[in-house]
Amino acid sequence: MVSATSELLPLADGCLILSHRLSEWMSNAPTMEEDIALGNIALDLLGQARGLLQVIGDETGVTEDELAYFREPQEFRNPLICELPNGDFAFTMARQLFVDIWLAHVWSELAATASDEQVRGVAEKAIKENAYHRRHSSSWVVRLGDGTDESRRRMETATEALWPYRGEIADDRWYDAVDAALTEATLTMPPRDAWTQRSSLDGWHTEHLGYLLAEMQSLARAHPGATW
Amino acid sequence: MYSQALDQRDESPRGVDDAARLARFDERVAAEDKIEPNDWMPAAYRKTLIRQISQHAHSEIIGMQPEGNWLTRAPSLRRKAVLLAKVQDEAGHGLYLYAAAETLGITREELVDQLLTGKAKYSSIFNYPTLTWADMGAIGWLVDGAAIMNQVPICRCSYGPYARAMVRICKEESFHQRQGFEIMLTLSRGTDEQKAMAQDALDRWWWPSLMMFGPHDASSVHGEQSMTWKIKRFSNDELRQKFVDATVPQADFLGLRVPDDELRYDAGSGHYVFGEPDWDEFAAVLRGEGPCNEQRMAHRRRAHDDGAWVREAAEAHAAKHKAAVA
Ligand SMILES: [Fe+2]
Ligand SMILES: [Fe+2]
Repeated sequence: MVSATSELLPLADGCLILSHRLSEWMSNAPTMEEDIALGNIALDLLGQARGLLQVIGDETGVTEDELAYFREPQEFRNPLICELPNGDFAFTMARQLFVDIWLAHVWSELAATASDEQVRGVAEKAIKENAYHRRHSSSWVVRLGDGTDESRRRMETATEALWPYRGEIADDRWYDAVDAALTEATLTMPPRDAWTQRSSLDGWHTEHLGYLLAEMQSLARAHPGATW
Repeated sequence: MYSQALDQRDESPRGVDDAARLARFDERVAAEDKIEPNDWMPAAYRKTLIRQISQHAHSEIIGMQPEGNWLTRAPSLRRKAVLLAKVQDEAGHGLYLYAAAETLGITREELVDQLLTGKAKYSSIFNYPTLTWADMGAIGWLVDGAAIMNQVPICRCSYGPYARAMVRICKEESFHQRQGFEIMLTLSRGTDEQKAMAQDALDRWWWPSLMMFGPHDASSVHGEQSMTWKIKRFSNDELRQKFVDATVPQADFLGLRVPDDELRYDAGSGHYVFGEPDWDEFAAVLRGEGPCNEQRMAHRRRAHDDGAWVREAAEAHAAKHKAAVA
C-alpha cells in the first residue's frame, strides 16, 4: 500500500474528499443551476487536490492516482468535516461555507509563504476559485437561514450538527468570518468553546470515510497496474 | 445530447392562420431566413418546436443519471474530472434548451412538470443501465456520437434560438464524443479484462444507439412537415446510415467487433450494409418497459421533491429582501 507524509496532505485530502462528496449531488440538486454550480465547485476542488497530490507524489515517488486510490482510510488526513455524508442541502451548504472560509485562509497563506513554485501556483489559482465558492455558499446560508421556517430550522440543525467538526479548521479569524456570515443569515453561531471532535492528524476518522473510499477506490483496486 | 428522432404527427398548419402571413412565413423558411421569437409563426410550428426542444432538454437532464452513476467510481483522478465536467455540461445543455423553449411562450416549470408527470418523453437511450466503466466510453463514443449526427443539422434549424443553442451544444458534444472514444481506445489497448469490458459495452450500446435515430422512414409518422419547416434536414434512415458509416471504421481501429452478423461494407455504394435493430425492444422501452425507465423517473421526481423546500426558501428570501428594499 502507498503512504506519504506531507504538510500539504490535510489540504490535498480535504479538497479531494470534499470534491467527492459534492460530486454525489450531480443530478440530485434542488435546481439545474445548482447541479451546475456544485459540479463547478467539485471540479475546482478536484483540480486543487490534484495540483497538490502531484507535488506530494513527486516528493514521494508515487502518482496522484496511487495516492488517491491506494492509500488506506487511516492514511488520509482530510479534516473530518469533509468526509461527512452530504445530508440535506442546508447541511451541504453550511459545511461548504465552513470549509470555504478555512480554505480562504489556508490558500492565501500558502500563496504568500510556500517555497515550492508549483504549490504557489496551485494556491494562487485556488484563491480566485475559492472567492466564488465562498460567495456561493454564504449566499445560500443567508437565503436558507433567512428564508422559510423550514429552511431556517434545517439550517440551524445543520450548523449544530457540524459544529463539533470545526476543530481542525477553526481559528479566531475563522470564527469571526463564520459569525459574520451566520449573523447575516439571522442565525446565532454556537459557542466558540463548545466541544470538538478530535482531528484526523493521527489517522483518526469517522466511519464514513471507509465507505466513501471503498466506493471511490473499488474500480482502480480491482485492476491494479491498469491504465485508464 | 440526444434528440432522438421524435416522430409524431403535427396538426395541419393550415387552420385559422392567416393565409398571407403563412405564405410569408413559408417564403422566409424556404429562403433560409431565421424565424425569431417575436415573428409570426404557425401554431403547429410553435407546437412542434416546443415538443422537440423540450424533449431534447429533458433528455439532457435525465442523461445526467447514467453517467453520474460512475462519478464516484471513476478509476483515475483525470477521468473523474473529465466525467464531472461532462455531466455538468449536460445540465448546461438542459438549461440552454429550456431557455430556447421558453422563447416560444411556455415556462420551464410547465415543461419540467410535463416531464415529471410522464406527459413528455426523453430519449430512450437513457433507459439503459451503465454497468461498467467502459459504458462511460461507449456512451461518449456512440451516444454522443449519434446525438451529434442528429444535432449538427439542427444548427441550421429555421428557428433562431434553437439553432444558436445547438451550435454551442454541438461543440461540447463533439468534445464528449472524442473523450468517450479515448476511453474506449485506452481500454482496448489495456489488459485483457479492460478489452473485454470495452467489447461488452459496445455489445450493449450498439443497437440502442442505432435506435436513437428513430423508426425507419417508411414507418415514420412525421418528418415531412419538419423537413419543409427546416427543423429537420435529413431523414432517420439517412442519419442512421451516416452514423454506421462513420462508426464502424472506428470500431475496427479499436479492434472491437460490432455485434451485427449482417454488417459488411458494400464497395458499390460506398456504404455499410447492416442488420435490423430490434424494433419490438424499441417500442417496449418507449412504452416505459425499459430496464431503467422507472428508476430514472423516480430519481428525477425525488430530486425535484427533495429540492422543493430549497426553492421555496430562495423565493421567500427574495420576496422579503424585495419588500425590505421597496
Ligand atoms: Fe448534451
Ligand atoms: Fe454529451
